Amino acid sequence: MSRVTRFAARDPGPAARMGGFIAHLRDNGLRLGVGEAELALTALTHVAPCAPTEVRHALRTVCCGSAEDTARFDDLFDAFWMNGGRVAPKTTPVTAPASDHVHSSRKAQGQEAEGTAGAPTTPDAGDDPADADGDGRLLATLNDARMKKDLRDLVQHEDIAEAQQVAERLGAALRDSRSRRRRQARKGDQIHFRKLIRQSLSTGGEPIRLPRKHRPDRPLKIVTLCDVSGSMTTYAQVFLAFIAGMMRADETTDAYLFHTRLVRIADALRDRDAMRTLARLSLLADGFGGGSRIGASLMQFARGYARRFVDGRTVVLILSDGYDTESADQIGGALAALKKRGCKIIWLNPLKGWDGYEPVAQGMAAAMPHLDLFSPANTLADLAALDRELVRL
Amino acid sequence: MDWTTLQTAMAEQGYVAGDDLAMAVHLSLTLGRPLLLEGAAGVGKTDIARVLAAVQDTQLIRLQCYEGLDAQQAIYEWNYQRQLLSIRAAAEDGETGRSVEERIFSEEFLLERPLLKAIRQPEPPVLLIDEIDRADEEFEAYLLEVLSEFQITVPELGTLVATSRPIVILTANGTRDLSDALRRRCLYAHVSYPDRQTELAILKSRCAGIEAKLAGQIVGFVQSLRKEDLEKQPGIAEMLDFASALMGLGIADLTRDPVVLQATLATLLKTQTDRDNITTEVAQRLAGKAA
Repeated sequence: MSRVTRFAARDPGPAARMGGFIAHLRDNGLRLGVGEAELALTALTHVAPCAPTEVRHALRTVCCGSAEDTARFDDLFDAFWMNGGRVAPKTTPVTAPASDHVHSSRKAQGQEAEGTAGAPTTPDAGDDPADADGDGRLLATLNDARMKKDLRDLVQHEDIAEAQQVAERLGAALRDSRSRRRRQARKGDQIHFRKLIRQSLSTGGEPIRLPRKHRPDRPLKIVTLCDVSGSMTTYAQVFLAFIAGMMRADETTDAYLFHTRLVRIADALRDRDAMRTLARLSLLADGFGGGSRIGASLMQFARGYARRFVDGRTVVLILSDGYDTESADQIGGALAALKKRGCKIIWLNPLKGWDGYEPVAQGMAAAMPHLDLFSPANTLADLAALDRELVRL
Repeated sequence: MDWTTLQTAMAEQGYVAGDDLAMAVHLSLTLGRPLLLEGAAGVGKTDIARVLAAVQDTQLIRLQCYEGLDAQQAIYEWNYQRQLLSIRAAAEDGETGRSVEERIFSEEFLLERPLLKAIRQPEPPVLLIDEIDRADEEFEAYLLEVLSEFQITVPELGTLVATSRPIVILTANGTRDLSDALRRRCLYAHVSYPDRQTELAILKSRCAGIEAKLAGQIVGFVQSLRKEDLEKQPGIAEMLDFASALMGLGIADLTRDPVVLQATLATLLKTQTDRDNITTEVAQRLAGKAA
């Protein structure tokens, strides 16, 4: 067991230390504010503040907000309060094994590098991953140069107009009928009692007319993730036109491309000039037609953009053939994480249209349990035919 | 009451809580913050509220959340049938508009649903909001408002302010992510499956007459069963069912009769795939390890 951290003599007191601890947690990705710091201090007045286990339990309750936080909390707590990386080497007591300190401080630094990408960390902590990353990127650029394609060659202006109509129909098919509040309506499934009582007052308690109410339909937001890796090139034309049409049909939709990384294309697609849109897209879709890292891209989406843009009234539409160049496990994990946001997930696979196709590609097999709908689609007509399926979701 | 006293008091009511959980409940009581409990189904999240109500000697008010939970089910509703009758009666008596209206929109005609009921008790009750992740985001947002203001506005009556602040316990299974806003308002505790010692203590406190050997076997068996690849892991309630099934059948040793063991697995495994996965051989292996 490591010892309790010895703070410097000029340390201003418990409040500042708690502030420091909260900042330490925040640096490691826990979402905490001033309110929590105050609450943590108050909490300590209700327990024995000198007993490390009690303080640990109390602070865990106050500072954690999810199961992941809870799992990491013990290490973070040790790193700050239990002599982990805070004490200058010269104050280290000789009796304590030196290796222990080295170990725990490394660990803390590693976590920091993981938690706050882009924040300055000690140079040697981030050395190895940075090197590896550099290599990967260099390779990708070589590929990009060879595989660069202009999307304008692929997509025609008429296609977009047609796709827009299809997209409008699909958007109309996706309605959420789970609203909590009922609204007054001429034909509703329930009697609007509140109104009935009010109206019957004027007729001496005789309910002459029966006002009704129903659950109003709420539109669903559609988020499209389109795979533009090499194996998908032949279908990209249809899908890109479809996405472009969809973006123009509905203001709230959102779209992303992925191959070896994920790119948000929503803003580019909102350009009023359809062809200029495609030109901008070509620039964004650098690496188009290369390899695909579906799992990594989906995970990036689930961890990043999805937090802001995906909620219970969202349909995530994935257009991909499920051929991943990396391990398939990540796809399942990413979709499970995405599913927890409460959204519906639809996977449209162009290969499914082939005779005798079975989702045996590992990526596809991993994805299957998380999908609400798995459908073939490789032409615009296929997409148009989807609306009946979507109504049933 | 400090947290160890609370832990003992909860144990007396038949709930064996780990240190971290007892601390979380203690802080929730002293700081007056809602407590969010997250964890797999069947680890005893809901039970904490029941036990806490017993320890505090107060009422337990429960709001079960589900998809499409609406204000009329959660907060209040007017008693429309009584209102209608009352209007009719008033018309017979010759009572007119204004006074009838005032009378039928008085508290006498208000049906309290859990949230309103909880804030209008003379003594602070325990309010259990069960499976909050089943309700939709809008309800979550509304709940936040109630939990921070502790007042509810009824248009006809005005704002009803809390007479006492309830002790709020929320539970979630993790079927969807809860909003950060809700998490920040609450204290948090993750309830996981108990370790061997705790589970043994739970079993002994619930099934008083159980033999030590069988109890050890049961807990060992269930604990190793949880490590298997199952769709639905058996919770504490399932473990207790399993124990009482075995006791009811008069079994003293798990490894004795494979057929009976396989039959009693019905109390632990609740899906077809899980039943298929745990074959007689697997069950015997696990039972042998536990013995």
